[in-house]
Amino acid sequence: MSAAIGHLSVVAAFFLALWGIIAPIAGARTGKSRLFAATRAAILGQFVLVTLASFSLIYALVTTDFSIKYVAFNTTRATPVYYRVTGLWGALEGSLLLWEWILIIFSGLVAWLYKDKHRDLMPWVLMIFSIVSVFFLGVLAFVSNPFESVFPVPPDGRGLNPLLEDANMITHPPLLYTGFVGLTVPYAFAMAALIAGKLDESWLVTTRRWTLTAWFFLTMGNLVGAYWSYHVLGWGGYWAWDPVENAAFMPWLPATAFLHSVQVQERRRMLKVWNLSLIIIAFSLTIFGTFLTRSGILSSIHAFSSGPVGTVFLAFLAFVLLGSFGLLAYRADSLKGQPELDSMVSRESAFLLNNVVLVSALFTIFLGTIFPLISEAVAGVQVSVGAPYFNSVTVPLFLLLVFLMGVGPMIAWRKASWDNLKRNFLWPAAAALAGAVALFAWRIRDFLPLLGFTLLLFVVFTILFDTALAVRARRRLAGEGIFKALVTLARRNQRRYGGFIVHLGIVLIMMGIAGSMGYSVEREATLRTGESLSLGRYRILFEGLKGSQQPTHFRVEGTFRVFNEGKDLGTMSPALKFFPAQQSPVGRAVYRSTVTDDLYVILSGFSELQQNQATLKMLVRPLLMWMWLGGLVIVLGTIVAVWPSNKHSAVSDQQSAGLKADG
Amino acid sequence: MAWRRLVITLAVLLPLIGILAYGFMRDPRYINSPLIGQQAAPFTVTLFDGKKLSLDDLRGKTVFLNFWASWCPPCRAEARDLEAAWQRVKNSDVVFLGVDIQDTEEDARAYLREFDVTYPNGRDLTGKVAVDYGVWGIPETFFIDPQGRITYKHVGSLGTPLITAKLEEARAGIVSAKEGKGSYQTVR
Repeated sequence: MSAAIGHLSVVAAFFLALWGIIAPIAGARTGKSRLFAATRAAILGQFVLVTLASFSLIYALVTTDFSIKYVAFNTTRATPVYYRVTGLWGALEGSLLLWEWILIIFSGLVAWLYKDKHRDLMPWVLMIFSIVSVFFLGVLAFVSNPFESVFPVPPDGRGLNPLLEDANMITHPPLLYTGFVGLTVPYAFAMAALIAGKLDESWLVTTRRWTLTAWFFLTMGNLVGAYWSYHVLGWGGYWAWDPVENAAFMPWLPATAFLHSVQVQERRRMLKVWNLSLIIIAFSLTIFGTFLTRSGILSSIHAFSSGPVGTVFLAFLAFVLLGSFGLLAYRADSLKGQPELDSMVSRESAFLLNNVVLVSALFTIFLGTIFPLISEAVAGVQVSVGAPYFNSVTVPLFLLLVFLMGVGPMIAWRKASWDNLKRNFLWPAAAALAGAVALFAWRIRDFLPLLGFTLLLFVVFTILFDTALAVRARRRLAGEGIFKALVTLARRNQRRYGGFIVHLGIVLIMMGIAGSMGYSVEREATLRTGESLSLGRYRILFEGLKGSQQPTHFRVEGTFRVFNEGKDLGTMSPALKFFPAQQSPVGRAVYRSTVTDDLYVILSGFSELQQNQATLKMLVRPLLMWMWLGGLVIVLGTIVAVWPSNKHSAVSDQQSAGLKADG
Repeated sequence: MAWRRLVITLAVLLPLIGILAYGFMRDPRYINSPLIGQQAAPFTVTLFDGKKLSLDDLRGKTVFLNFWASWCPPCRAEARDLEAAWQRVKNSDVVFLGVDIQDTEEDARAYLREFDVTYPNGRDLTGKVAVDYGVWGIPETFFIDPQGRITYKHVGSLGTPLITAKLEEARAGIVSAKEGKGSYQTVR
């Protein structure tokens, strides 16, 4: 029953979406405004139908309706209810439905919020939503149908991949999809502006919060993915530069660039074509990501199911790229006549450089990801591109980015005077240099980590220094206390202070990456009971192995007593889990996090012949915890930036930033 | 002007889309054997008749080295063809050698009886030979020229025409560029 309702809803929504594409075109031809209203109705109708379809699938999953193939493959009778619900994104078909659902929620919100605004843009905005929606609905209706039935109906289902039964897997895919889909909003507005020929800054201003929200979800999606990898996969790492990881990360780069460069356009009417290109690229990369993940054209450690959707996604990607850039090329004449850069030492050029660096990073990561394809197509040589390439090309770029993160928010618009530079950067730079000397004297002697930590300190000091000056001014001006002054500042200028907090979060993440990349140590040894292995200040004593039959798998668990400089910290028990359906065992990650370092313990093997023997790998990864804390700081910063309490924030932002530039 | 920009756009985008489409025509997990063209790794096996045989003893002869197991359906599929090919060439300077992996002796002997295999066969008791040759799915066959160099590798069952052709090439020392694939099943 739910299969029929679900599938019919999808098909009906597909036709509504088609109507949503035709109506605005017909409206523009005939001049009948009723047809524009129909576009809106088409979106809201799709919203109702897709929501119905999604609930049908969730209902089927929760009630374990194994007559639906998708349900049979992704749940069992033993699956707890919450994992049945998350089965919605446990595999391809459901994930696509979730994507479409989020898309149509965003579209519906846009249709509802801007009901009486942007009258000349909205029909086209909604048409773009309908085009994206018709694609996903078409795939759901005709290519990979989540409601496909199976006969005979199996008595029990196969269940989720055991690795997906983790709290982070509940959040990681929806976060990432929300980020991906969120980028559709600025993209739709950009395309609408191009179609309507209304190429002023209004679409940018309208989509600012949407873009920031999408960026936030994208950041969190990637971070939670990294955390899951660290927390569940039991290899001690969080990022492997695998094609599928790159696919999730790549849209983040143009999205971040876009967030910064739109400020240049808002203020200086520059970079119009550039901004449009960035959002087209960012949106295309979300489609590319799904294409890469689901087509199986590149070898990846993430074994996703693939099938005919790969071809369909490539066709849609081609359509998006050719259509969007074709439209941009067609309209490029009316995008001309922008002001020139006044000076190389200005906020514009700092943001521009930030964009160049981000796009270079995107280009190198993209190239590395598809290089196996290029190499085989052009030279017939098989290659694989791994972490060493990605690390060596991206680390210098990201270091430059950190430096710009310190400079960009403080430097004056148009042309920074010597005075401005001295006032904003002298003390922070001096403090960062002093920090560098202290770090060197302590023990950080390698060039790249030292440079990295110094730049991170520089960013922190610029932010603290700037905020301290502003707080001092408020105390003088209004006689407020420090805390009150901070709150007033943040409320008056949400974007600026939200941005500062987000930057601090990024600093923490970078610190975690720098520490764990530069200073991780590991040791592996085969131990007998009673023997121990030491690494740094930790010593691990092997106490014994035990095997146990768990509901879904057989588990071999080692017990290890951990000592920190002789102090007993209790035991850690890494395990190997043997699932009947999988060839190789899955490790259970066990680690101990502190602010200085993580101790990660992996049971990499045991002797089947001698029960008292096990192979242990121990890793010490400094500062890693700060990555996850950085994520929390970004949450806080984003909330400050998008919090809708202050209606005048945009205006006051412009004023205060303008004051800064002039003064 | 708009046309020129459009052409530039296409010139950038079409090759990119082309490269991605090309991806559908290849198997990203396929890795050509690095052993082709290299010296074959030496090994010694105990044959089912109790004698020992070293690959080094066969220098100067063209060697047909076949990895198999009694539980492997594609091995059974090619078994009669292999024996027939052996009957045709056994009086020349070609040697067939079968290496049984991951098997029990009893089952292996039954298999050899069932298919009336007369060429020498031995067991890889420790799995070392299979590891040295990078065997990951059986049957796998290596053609080795008289100088001891691997000229061709085939994964999956072989047909008579291919056996004949590749034996001729091996005898003449002609090295194939790529390994071949028949219908095969991986070891699972």
